[in-house]
Amino acid sequence: MFELLGTTLPSRLLLGTAQYPSPAILADAVKASGTAVVTISLRREMAGGRAGEKFWSLIGSLGVRILPNTAGCHSVKEAVTTAKMAREVFDTSWIKLEVIGNHDTLQPDVFGLVEAARILCEDGFAVFPYTTDDLVVAERLLEAGCKVLMPWCAPIGSALGPVNMTALRSMRGHLPGVPLIVDAGLGRPSHAATVMELGFDAVLLNTAVARAADPVGMARAFGKAVEAGREAFGSGMLEPREVAVPSTPIFGRAVFS
Amino acid sequence: MKLLVNGEAHEVAATTLAELLAALDYEGDWLATAVNSDLVHRVNRAEFRLSDGDRIEILSPMQGG
Repeated sequence: MFELLGTTLPSRLLLGTAQYPSPAILADAVKASGTAVVTISLRREMAGGRAGEKFWSLIGSLGVRILPNTAGCHSVKEAVTTAKMAREVFDTSWIKLEVIGNHDTLQPDVFGLVEAARILCEDGFAVFPYTTDDLVVAERLLEAGCKVLMPWCAPIGSALGPVNMTALRSMRGHLPGVPLIVDAGLGRPSHAATVMELGFDAVLLNTAVARAADPVGMARAFGKAVEAGREAFGSGMLEPREVAVPSTPIFGRAVFS
Repeated sequence: MKLLVNGEAHEVAATTLAELLAALDYEGDWLATAVNSDLVHRVNRAEFRLSDGDRIEILSPMQGG
């Protein structure tokens, strides 16, 4: 169980809903992952309302909580307006706040992010900011009113896994009481397990599952990896050492010569 | 009146946002609307008067990461 902003969730995996081969596979992947929170976007409706209706009814049937995003927004104004539109449609104050600063890396514009976060927090939103692993930015976001942070571990969709373990470790160590969700850059279940072992509270991913050869199998694998990493974090892992230490007791060993 | 709806130019007789949605055959509770980059709440669409050149965005739920 995972306590997030006063809500108890059965899983520490949050899953995106984009890029699946079909709606049926998306639905099966969500179920197999064990997730209780999925991300959704808002886009221009070109079919008089029917396209959105179809997708919305599919998501509604899954019984999961919605975390709407402001994906693709490049300015504070765009992000704030999109967040307000999402609140009306999805009837939730939760918002995954993205303010993109670079077209190639999809790196967050952290200056715009802090500004937008402040506006939305003052307006009553529970802001989940998609941010970098920069500790000072993290502190600014907390000052702006965010109660949870979502640092990347690598660029969106890159599947690189954690590229800066030192920064992630530092963020976790400096912000012990803040829910931290690694969002973006995870490629394999072992990446998810790695950041969970560091003590991150949850992970959010999409492409690694949706673009796998078998998204349902990969969703299940990520669910297990997240659980394994979390349990390992709470169970006191050994520190690596440079010498061998026998695991079988030496005492009582037979002597044949 | 000339409007820009989801990036496309439209010449319409509608004078309010609600009339525009009906004229363009939009329906459903899952739509969100903005005029000139500001949200217009569902409950305000009937009274919201449009002006020539307004930019209207009509959004609905889509897959997202």
